[in-house]
Formats: sequence, structure tokens, C-alpha cells
Amino acid sequence: MKVAPLRLTLWRVLFALIICGGLCGLYVRAMYGLGGATNLTDRFPWGLWKGFNVLTGIGLGAGGFTVAATVHIFNLKLYRPILRIALLTAFLGYSLMAVALMIDIGQPQRIWHPIVMWNEHSVLFEVAWCVMLYLTVLSLEFAPAVCERFGWRRALSAVRFITAPVVIFGVVLSTLHQSSLGTLFLIVPEKLYGLWYTPLLPVLFFLSAVCAGLAMVMFACRQSRQAFGRQIPAPLMEGVAWALAVMLVIYQAVRFADLIQRRALHLLSQNRMETWLFGLETALLTAPLLVLLAERNRANREARYLCSLMVLFGFVANRLNVSITGLEASQATHYIPKWPEVMITFSLISIGFAAFRAAALHLPLFVEPVHAEEPEAVAV
Amino acid sequence: MSVAILYDSTKCIGCRECEKACAARWKLPYNDSVAAEEQISAHKLTSIQTHGEHYSRRLCMNCIDPTCASVCPVGAFTKTALGPVVYDQDKCIGCRYCMLACPFQVPTYQWTSRLPIVRKCDMCYERVSQGKPTACAEACPTGATTFGEREQLIAEARRRISEKPQDYYQRIYGVEEAGGTSVLFLSAVPFGQLGIPTNLPKTPLPMLTWRVLSRTPDIASVAGVLLGGVYWITHRREKVAAEEGRKGERK
Repeated sequence: MKVAPLRLTLWRVLFALIICGGLCGLYVRAMYGLGGATNLTDRFPWGLWKGFNVLTGIGLGAGGFTVAATVHIFNLKLYRPILRIALLTAFLGYSLMAVALMIDIGQPQRIWHPIVMWNEHSVLFEVAWCVMLYLTVLSLEFAPAVCERFGWRRALSAVRFITAPVVIFGVVLSTLHQSSLGTLFLIVPEKLYGLWYTPLLPVLFFLSAVCAGLAMVMFACRQSRQAFGRQIPAPLMEGVAWALAVMLVIYQAVRFADLIQRRALHLLSQNRMETWLFGLETALLTAPLLVLLAERNRANREARYLCSLMVLFGFVANRLNVSITGLEASQATHYIPKWPEVMITFSLISIGFAAFRAAALHLPLFVEPVHAEEPEAVAV
Repeated sequence: MSVAILYDSTKCIGCRECEKACAARWKLPYNDSVAAEEQISAHKLTSIQTHGEHYSRRLCMNCIDPTCASVCPVGAFTKTALGPVVYDQDKCIGCRYCMLACPFQVPTYQWTSRLPIVRKCDMCYERVSQGKPTACAEACPTGATTFGEREQLIAEARRRISEKPQDYYQRIYGVEEAGGTSVLFLSAVPFGQLGIPTNLPKTPLPMLTWRVLSRTPDIASVAGVLLGGVYWITHRREKVAAEEGRKGERK
């Protein structure tokens, strides 16, 4: 193992502090229950762990199925070098989401119940199944990297053999559960503020998840480039940036068409917290669109990075608005997360960064250059 | 036949005997400080509220098509044929989606417990299935809370409204709210003044998600076939190109 450069020490101290805070939070959660660890109430039962860790964690993982579909199904080999990065961010996003869910639910030892106790009328039941299956799919999709690392040739060829059906299954599952996270909120028409509540929530959730997934891949590529000096071909990243811009255009078009069609635009003239939060979200998701539509900006590494950050924050803002702030007015409450909620959330994010780093150091994430494709392309 | 509760706010004197009987039925402590709590909670499953000169009562509405039963990922809630909506605490994983989704804010949680469960009024399912009235209806000294067959109670409510129109707001709450409930309210003033939600659709809320969810198999199969087709085309194209020795042009 490589010895870490000295400049990373500060980050390691910070990491240790955050993890300590998270462990304290976990202790409070275990000893004093959800009431002790969170500011949730009977009127406001879902907070940061559901709104951020679950909704956002799954959404940021959408890069996995998007890039897998691009490379394997649409057979655009140009994008193969970022496939494993995308799959890794997805795998980490989903795994950390699962950990957060275990902390959030009241009876974590019963997490397996949806496997045997079915309620096909429940959106959450569908989400639970899709996520379980998709985590399996992600493991299979990412398995080649692990097999190559340890030289398991038999396993490698077995995994390669089933790639096509697995990837297709994964895309179907992702389409279903990314949109279903929006469907979850269709049940609260009288509680969710009019700027966010729309019958199109499933469609909007799916589109914005694809945007966030692409932004996450751009962000992860940039991080790995900085940390490990791995170069990812520029035309490839420009292609991802172009795809992101197009998806953002579609997303905003659907979104505003829906607002107009529902005659909800007048809500924007009201001076309320919701209006400003909606504005923030829209600004963060529109500015990158305008920037990235220009070819000159797509070729600019810094512009791409800034745009990916804006989309990530805009996406987080959107999910928090739908799941938390958009519900506050009707519930006549203000929810501010308690410190254990915040510390555990930060800990999970930090663990995500650390795990990504460890995987990037020890697994062949970047070893598939474009020119090595040819023999294998025929074999698939 | 299904049973129901009729709560007539104009007959309620705020004596809280229903609260006391309910606490006894659930073996929950009941004292002055509990009595003073206006909101229902995991240790107080029904509550009498004061809204100006009027009393109002909170309890599970035991909806005809309950939102909680529809959203629960493990099916912990069941609408019984008899009327009550019952909860199986051994199934519950504690996701609290029922609490988020319930239009009446009824399910409550044991926030301070290490392995908490949801609590809500189940319309005394055990008593009711033995032919007895609910504990609250039995305890009510003024007839503000009565128990009986739903259709008969609606007829009774209509009779009261028409006999004394000056005493009643001319509607029965619960006949069609959120698709109808097994708890019905009568009041002297519009229901909004009793703190009861009045912005609910007349269709059951579970329809909102089922409309989308029921399409899942279609979406999955169409998407699967489409993606399979795209896969076949893109890879077939590549293969043909390779066979024709034009491989260098591709990529």
C-alpha cells in the first residue's frame, strides 16, 4: 500500500472527527431511539435520513445504469473508460443508502420483511424490491473489476457471459425505482406544496436522477483525476457534459410545461420560503444547462467541474424540497435536523469518499483504455 | 355490513370519558397531564380537543380504503370486513410511510422506544368482533359518540341534521372524504373550525399511487423488450461490420 502524501493528513483528521461524531450519533440513536437522535415528530415523520441519504443516495447512483446502458446496450465504446467509475459511485450510493435506511427505520432487524411480506399496492414495497435486486445487479456489473484484480478468470468469463441480460435488467429496475421514489409522494396531494406536487413526479424524479447520475460521474472522474492523476480522454468527458446539458433541457422543459399546464406558475409570485427554495433549485439546475450548451465551455475542464457541482447541489435541493421543506407549511412545523442526524449523514458521505478512494487505489477502475477493446468486442 | 362510529360534536360536553376508556382498553396510563394533551400520540390514541366553544374528537377514521394499508411496504395494516383498520405490530419495520401518508395524521410513533411500533386506534377490533361497541362509545355519557352499523349511523346523522337544522352544519364528515371513512362527524360549525382536514379529495388516496404502480409490469416488459432490441441492433451492426472487414471505420 502506498504511503499517503503528507497534505492528506488534514483530510484524515477531518475524516476521523466526522466519523467520531457519527459514532456518537449512532450511540444516541441506539440508546435513546429515534426521539433522542432526531427531531422527527408524529407530524413530521420523515427527515434528513430519508430525504437526503435515501432519496439523494439512490439518485446520485443513477450514473451507474445510465453509463452501463450507454456502453453495453447502445454499444458506445467511447464511454467504456468511465463505466467502472460510474458503477462504483452507484454501488457506493446504494450501499450507503441501505446503511442509512437501517439507521432510520425503527425495527432494523426486520429489514428483510418486504421479501416475504408482500403488499403490491405499496410504492415503497416496489422500491424495496427494485433496490434489493439492483444492488445485486450492480455487484454483478462491477464484479469484473474485482475478478481482474484477483485473477479469477473463470468467474470473469462467467460474469462477462451474462452481462447483456444483467445490464438490461438493471436499466429496467433503475427506471422503475428512480421514478417510484417520486411516486412515493403522490400520496400526499394535500400536504406537499403546489410547486412540487404534480402527477408527473415519477417522470421528473427519473429525469432529474439521470442528470444527477451524470453529474456524479463527472464529479467522480474529476476527483479521481486529481487524486490519482488518471487521465480520462477529453472527448469522452465532453460527451458526458453534452448528455448532461441535453437531459437538463428535457428536465426543465417537462417541469415548466407541467407548472404551466397545472396553472401553478402564479405560486412563484408569492413571497414565501417555498418560492425562494424553488428558485434556488431552478437556478442550480438551469445555469449549468446554459453553460454546457456552449461547445467552448464543454471543452473547459473547470467549467465542467463547476457545472457538475451545481447540478449535484440543485438535485439535493430538489429532493430535500420534495421530502422536507415542501411539506413543512401544511404540517405547520419547522424541521431542523438534530446533530446525530447531521453527523451520521456526514459520516456516511465521508465513508463514501474514503471507500471510493480505496477502491480507486486497489481495483482496476481505469485500466480499460479505448484501444484495448477490439478483441473483446467480438467476443461479447 | 360494516360498523362505524358517529361523533356528534354538538352533544359532546368534553368530559373525556372516551379518552379514559380508550386508555384502559390499551392499558395505557391516564392522568391529568395525559388528559391535558390535545394531540393524539402513541400513549393517547383518542383525544378531545377544544376549538373555541366547540369540542372535537381525534381518533383513527378507519377509512373505507385506508391510505396506511396501501402504503405499508409489508402490509402491516388491514381493512377488516367488519370495518376497523387493524395493525400488525409484528410485521412493521418502522419506515413510518403510513405516518407521512395518512391524510388524518393518525398513526403515531413510540419515539422514545428502542424498538418502537406504530400506535393507532383500531376501533376496538377485538370488542367489536365479539359484538360489543367500542370502549369510547360505551363510556360516552351523552351519546356524542355512538357505535353502530355505518349505513344506519349515516341515516341517523341525516335525521339529526334535518330535524334540527339550526343546530348543525349541513354536512356529515366522513361519508365521502378520502373515499369515505368508518368514523363520521357531525358539527355545529364548518369542519375546518374543528381542526379536521377539509381539503381532501373524494376519491381514495391510494388511487393516486396505484394508477402509476399498476403500470409497473407494462413499463418493465416494454422497457426490457426495447432495450433488448437496441442491444441486438447495435451489436449486430458491429458484427456485420466486422465480417465485412470494415471494422476500422467503426468506433
